[in-house]
Amino acid sequence: MEEVIAVAIGVLTASGVWLILRPRTYQVIMGLCLLSYGVNLFIFSMGSLFIGKEPIIKEGVTQDLLHYTDPLPQALVLTAIVISFAMTALFLVVMLASRGLTATDHVDGRERDE
Amino acid sequence: MSLMNQLIVAPILLPLLTAALMLLLGEKRRPLKARLNLVSTLLGLSIAVTLLLWVRGQGQAESIGVYLPGNWPAPFGIVLVLDHLSALMLTLASIVGVSALLFARARWDGAGASFHALFQIQLMGLYGAFLTADLFNLFVFFEVLLAASYGLLLHGSGRARVKAGLHYIAINLFASSLFLVGAAMLYGVTGTLNMADLALKVPLVPEADRGLLHAGAAILAMAFLAKAGIWPLNFWLVPAYASASAPVAALFAIMTKVGLYATLRLWTLLFSEQAGPSSLFGGQWLIYGGLATLAVAAVSILAAQRLERMAALSILVSSGTLMAAIGFGQPALTGSALFYLVSSTLALCALFLLAELIERSRSANEVPLEEEDGVLPSPLESLHPPKGINLDDEQKAVIGQIIPWTMAFLGLSFIACALLIIGMPPLSGFIGKLGLISALFNPLGLGVAPEQPLTVAGWGLVALLVISGMASLIAFGRVGIQRFWKPEERPSPLLRRYECLPILLLLGLCLFLSVKAEPLLRYTQDTAASLRTPDAYIEAVLATRPIPGPTSASAEVQP
Repeated sequence: MEEVIAVAIGVLTASGVWLILRPRTYQVIMGLCLLSYGVNLFIFSMGSLFIGKEPIIKEGVTQDLLHYTDPLPQALVLTAIVISFAMTALFLVVMLASRGLTATDHVDGRERDE
Repeated sequence: MSLMNQLIVAPILLPLLTAALMLLLGEKRRPLKARLNLVSTLLGLSIAVTLLLWVRGQGQAESIGVYLPGNWPAPFGIVLVLDHLSALMLTLASIVGVSALLFARARWDGAGASFHALFQIQLMGLYGAFLTADLFNLFVFFEVLLAASYGLLLHGSGRARVKAGLHYIAINLFASSLFLVGAAMLYGVTGTLNMADLALKVPLVPEADRGLLHAGAAILAMAFLAKAGIWPLNFWLVPAYASASAPVAALFAIMTKVGLYATLRLWTLLFSEQAGPSSLFGGQWLIYGGLATLAVAAVSILAAQRLERMAALSILVSSGTLMAAIGFGQPALTGSALFYLVSSTLALCALFLLAELIERSRSANEVPLEEEDGVLPSPLESLHPPKGINLDDEQKAVIGQIIPWTMAFLGLSFIACALLIIGMPPLSGFIGKLGLISALFNPLGLGVAPEQPLTVAGWGLVALLVISGMASLIAFGRVGIQRFWKPEERPSPLLRRYECLPILLLLGLCLFLSVKAEPLLRYTQDTAASLRTPDAYIEAVLATRPIPGPTSASAEVQP
C-alpha cells in the first residue's frame, strides 16, 4: 500500500509542477489543483497508513496507537482541503478577470511574440 | 497578570468581530464602516501597546503570556503565546495598519465594496500569525492573511493589478503547498505541531530520521522565505507591491516581515544551540540567501524609475539584510536587526504612501505606468533650467517662485524617508545599520575583543550593507532631482489632511526613534537574548494548565 500511495503522490506532484510551469492560466490552475491533491495525500500518509483501523476511540479496543490510526493528520487534511479549495476558487476568479482585461489566457497577460 | 493573559486573544477576536459586523452591514454605508474600521484598528493598536508595555515591564522569565483558546493543555491544544518578539511585531503591525487606514480614508477606500472588511481580516491574520505557537495554526493564519491580501492587492482593479495579482496568488498557493509538506514532515518525524514541544523533541530525534527532519524544516523555510522575498523566489514581489494601491502597499510593508518573523521564531526554537546535532541548521543558507537578495535588490534599485518600484525594491533590501543578519545566530546582531526591522518597516510604509502622492502630480506621459521592462533611467541632461523659467523675479512674478506648502511637505518627507532607507545620519535608519555593523565586528559587545575575526560572510554583509546604501542613495537622489528639483511647470498636487497625517505620524515616530533609540534597542536586545535561550518560552508554554470549568472544578482535567 505504501508503494501505491508513494507513486500516487509522486505522479500528482510531478504533473502539478509541470503544469504550473506551463504558460496558460488554465494549465496553471490545474497544476495547482493536482499539487494540492498530492500534498493532501502526503499529509494523510504522514500519520502512517493502516488498513481497518479507526481514528476515533471505540468501545472494547485498547486505547493506544497500535490499535488506532493517528487522527490528527486527518483533521489537518480536512482543513487543508477546505483552504486549498477556497483559494483555487479565488484564483479562478482572478484568472477570469485577467482573461477579460487582457483578452488572452497567457499568464503574463500578453503573448510572447507581441 | 490573569487579565493580561486574557487580553492576548483580543488582537485576534477584535478584527474578526469587526469584519463580521461589516459584512453584515452590506455593501453600502461606507462612512459607517470606515469609522468602525478606524475605531477597531485604534483599539487594536492600544491593545498591542498595552501588551508591549506589559511584556517590557515584566522580568525576563515572567514576560511570556500564554493563552489556551480551547482550554486544553499545551501539546494537545492550540496555544497563543505572547513574548518580547511577538509583542514587538504586534505593535509594529498595528502602527502600520493605522497609518494605511488613515491614508485609505482620504480616497482609496471608495474603490471597492469590501475594502474595510478585507482590511480587518488582513489585520486578524497578521496578529494571529504573530501570536500563535502552533505550526498548523500558523498555516491557518497565514492563509487568512494571504486570502485577505489577494483581495486587497486587487483593490482598485486595473490591468497591472490583475496581472501582478495572478502571479502573486499562484506563487503564494505554491508556497502554501510547501508549508503543508514541511509541517507534515515535521509532524511525521516528531509527532507534534506545538512549537515549544517541537523544540523539546528535535534533540531527541534518532539519527536515522534527522535527514527527514532537516528536509522538512528546509521545505518549511522555503515557504516562509518565499514570502519574505528571498532571491530567487522574489520576482513576484516587485510588480505586486508596485502595482498595489498606496494604502495596501503600505500595509504590505509588514507582510515580508511575517515570513521573517516565522523563520526567526521557528529557527531559534527548533535549531537553538541546545538542539544537539541540529543546532543552527541552515544558518549558512539564511546568510547567503540574504546576501544574494541584498545584492540583487541593490543592483535592481539603480535601474528603477518609478518611486513605487523603488519602494518595493527597498523592501527586498531590508528583507535581505534581515535574513543575513538573523542567519548569524548572534544575539547582539539579532537585536540590532530587530531595531533595523522596526525602523525600516515604518520608513517603507511611509514611502509607499508618499510615493502615491508624489507620482500623482506627475503627468502620465513621462513613464508609462504599465511597465518599464528594459527601460533604463534616462540621463539627467536637463538639469539646467530651460530659458525663461526660474531665473529671476525680473522675468517671472514672485508668486511663481513660492514653493507651495504641499511640495514643501512632500519634498521634506521624501528626504526623511530616503535618509531612513539609505541609512544616513541623523535618522534611525543610520542607528539600525550602525548597530548591525558594530554588532558584526563586536559580537560580544563594544570593548570586548571578539573570539574570532570576522568571517567572509560577515565581511560580505558589511560590504553589501554599505553598497546597498550607496545604491539607494543614487537611486533616491536621482528620483528626488527629477521630481522636486528639475524645474518644470506642474501644478502642485492637492493633498488631503488624512493623506498627510499618517506620513507625519510615521516619520515622527522614526524621528522619535532616532532621538530616543535606547529603550527600543534595549528591548530588542532583550528579545534577542530570550530568543537565544528558548527554555523560558518552552517552560511557560508547557507549564500552563487549563482553567478548570465550573462542573469539573474538583476533578483533574484529563487530556
